Amino acid sequence: MIRHSTHSHAASIEHAPLQRARSRPGGIVGTIAKSRETTLFVVLILLILGTSLARPQFLNLQNLRDVLLNVSIVSLLTAGMTVVILMRHIDLSIGSTVGISAYAVGSLYVAFPQMPVPVALVAGVAIGLVAGGINALLIAVGRVPSLVATLSTLYIFRGADYAWVHGGQINATSLPEAYSRLATGTVLGIPTLALIAAAVLLVLSFYLKHFRAGREHYAIGSNPEAARLAGVNVERRVMSGFLLSGAIAGFAGALWLARFGTVDASTAKGIELQVVAAAVVGSVAITGGVGTILGATLGALVLGVISIALVVLHVSPFWEQAIEGALIVAAIAADTLLARSVAKRMMRKRDHG
Amino acid sequence: MAKPDSALLTRKRETPLRWETLLVVVLILSLGLGRVLSPVFLTGANLSNVLADLTEIALMALPMTLIIVAAEIDLSVASVLGASSALMGVLWHMGLPMPVVIALVLLFGMIAGLFNGLVIVKLNLPSLAVTIGTLALFRGLSYVLLGDQAVADFPPGYTAFGMDTLFGTFIPLPFVIVIVCAVLFTVLLQATAFGRSLYAIGANSTAAAFSGIEVAKVRMRLFMLSGFMSALAGIVYTLRFTSARGDNGEGFELSVIAAVLFGGVSIFGGRGSMVGVLLSLLIIGVLKNALTLDDVSSETLTIVTGALLLASVLIPNLVARWRAMRDRKLIAAQSLTKPAAP
Repeated sequence: MIRHSTHSHAASIEHAPLQRARSRPGGIVGTIAKSRETTLFVVLILLILGTSLARPQFLNLQNLRDVLLNVSIVSLLTAGMTVVILMRHIDLSIGSTVGISAYAVGSLYVAFPQMPVPVALVAGVAIGLVAGGINALLIAVGRVPSLVATLSTLYIFRGADYAWVHGGQINATSLPEAYSRLATGTVLGIPTLALIAAAVLLVLSFYLKHFRAGREHYAIGSNPEAARLAGVNVERRVMSGFLLSGAIAGFAGALWLARFGTVDASTAKGIELQVVAAAVVGSVAITGGVGTILGATLGALVLGVISIALVVLHVSPFWEQAIEGALIVAAIAADTLLARSVAKRMMRKRDHG
Repeated sequence: MAKPDSALLTRKRETPLRWETLLVVVLILSLGLGRVLSPVFLTGANLSNVLADLTEIALMALPMTLIIVAAEIDLSVASVLGASSALMGVLWHMGLPMPVVIALVLLFGMIAGLFNGLVIVKLNLPSLAVTIGTLALFRGLSYVLLGDQAVADFPPGYTAFGMDTLFGTFIPLPFVIVIVCAVLFTVLLQATAFGRSLYAIGANSTAAAFSGIEVAKVRMRLFMLSGFMSALAGIVYTLRFTSARGDNGEGFELSVIAAVLFGGVSIFGGRGSMVGVLLSLLIIGVLKNALTLDDVSSETLTIVTGALLLASVLIPNLVARWRAMRDRKLIAAQSLTKPAAP
C-alpha cells in the first residue's frame, strides 16, 4: 500500500522515509511481531483446513457466522486489554463492566422501549467510561498497582451489579426488533455485529500505529522511565488507556445484550481471563511494549475457532478448557523463546558484523 | 534545634507493625459490628461457621503469601483445588483405599506445582501469564476427569471429619489443619533462611542471586508448595461438602490473592508478614459472616472484599504521601533555622 502511494503522489514520497524511520526504533520488536502474526495466521488457516478435512460439514455458512459472532465481542475486549497490557498494566474489571453495562442498557429499554439503537450503544459506552474512569483515577492518581485496583473493582462492580439487579433478568422480549437485529442481521452475508467489531478494531489499530498517543502506549510499556524522560505524560496516557478499555467493555456490554437477549447479574462473569488468554495467544507480551491489535484479534479468532472445531469434531466439551489452557502455556513459551533467539541473533550480528 | 531531627527519627520508629496493628483494630471493630448486627453472631455455632468457611481460602493463602513476598503470583491455585477434588472422586471410584487416594492427590498437587515451576523457572517466563494458562489447563483437567458428574459416596468416617468440631469446642476439625499449617508457615517465612531469602528475592532477585541465594531452586519449591497446599485444600473441601466436582472452588484464586494483599503483603514483593495475612483472613471471614446474618446476599458481599483490598493499598499510599509532605516541611523548617549546617 505504501509502495503504491509513493508512485502516485509526490507528497507521499516525502512521507515514506518518515514512516520507515518511525518504524525503525522498534526494528527488532517489529520484525518479531510481524513474524508472530504470520505464524498465528498460518495456525488459524491450518486449524480451519484440518477441521474441514476431517469433517467437511465444518465449512458451512452457519458455522462461520457462529465463529464470527462469538469472536466479535471477545476480540473487542481483547483489543481494549491489549492497549492496557502494552503499558505493563492489566484490567481485570472488564467482565464486571460488561455485565453492568449489559443490564443497564437492558433496563433502559424496559423503561424506554422506543429508544433508538445508537442511543443504547452510546449509553453502554458512557457506563464503561465511568467504570474506566474509576480505574484510571485509582491507578494514576491513587498509585494503586493496576492488578490490585482492577481486582478490587472487579469485585466492587460485580457486587454493585448483584445489589442492583437482585435476582432480576432482562429478556429478549423487552428489546425492540431493531436492537436484536444488530446480532441477527447481516450486510452482504456478514453479521452486522462482526462488521461493527471490525470497524472498531480497525480504528484502534490505526490509532496505535499512527498516532502519537498510540505510540506512547508502546513507549510506556517498553520503559516507563525512558518514556517519562522523553516527555511522555505517563499518568495521562495510562488514564486514557484505562478509559479506553472501560469504554470498550461498556460498548461490548451493549452488544452482548443484543447478541444474547437474556442478561442477569452474572453476565460475562470470568470473561477477563479468557480475554487475557486471547491477548497472550495473540502475542501481546504481558511484560509490556509488544503487541498489535491484529495479533490480539488473531489470538481471539484462534481460540474461537478451536472451541467450534471441538464441537464439530465431536470432542467432549469437557476437553475444551484443558486444550485452551495448554495452548496458552505453549503460546507464551513459543513467543518468548522466539523473541529471545531473535534478540540473540541480533546481538551476534552487532558484535561480529 | 534538635527537634526536627528527633521528629525524623520517630518517623522510623513508628513504621514497624503499623499495618498489623491497624488490622487488629479492624478485627475488633468487625467483631463488634457482628455483635450489633445479630444476636446469634457471638454464639459458638456461628463462630464455628466463620472458621469453617475460611478453611480452603486460608490453606491456599499461606503459600500464596510466600509466593507474593517473592514477587511472583500463582493464579492456578483454585484450579489445582478443583482438579484435586475431581481426581479424588475418580480414584475413590476406582476402588483405592482412602489413605492411598489422599496420598496420590497430594502428589498430584505437587506435580501440578512442579509443572508451574518448571515453565516459569526453566523458561524464565512471567508467573502471571503462565499461571493464567495453567488456571485454564488444570480446571480443564478436572472437567476431563469428572465431566459434570459428582462423586459423593465417600466413607462416612472421612466426611464426618469435615463436619466435626474439636472435642466439642467451636473449632471445626478441618480448621485444626489450618492452625497447624499457619504455625508452620509463620515459622517458615519469618524464622528460617528459606523464608528470609524470599524477602531478598522479592526485593531484588538479581541482588539475591549475587548474594548466593539459589533463586531458581527457591522459586521451584515455592510453586510445588503452593500446588501441595492447594491439593490439601481440595481434599478438605471435598470432605467438608461430601462432593467431588470439577467446578469445586471456581474463582477462589482471586479471594485468596485479595486476602493476602489486604494482609499488607506488597504485590511488588519483598514486604509483608504472615501475621498480617492471618488477621486479614479473620477480618474477611467475620465481616462476611456478620453481613450475611444481616441478610446481605453473598454476591453483594464481594463489594466488601473489593473495598478492603483497595483500602489496603490506598491508605498506606496516602499516609506515605502525607508523611513525605510533612518531612519536606520539617526539612524546610530545619534549613531555615539552621542555614549553615556543620
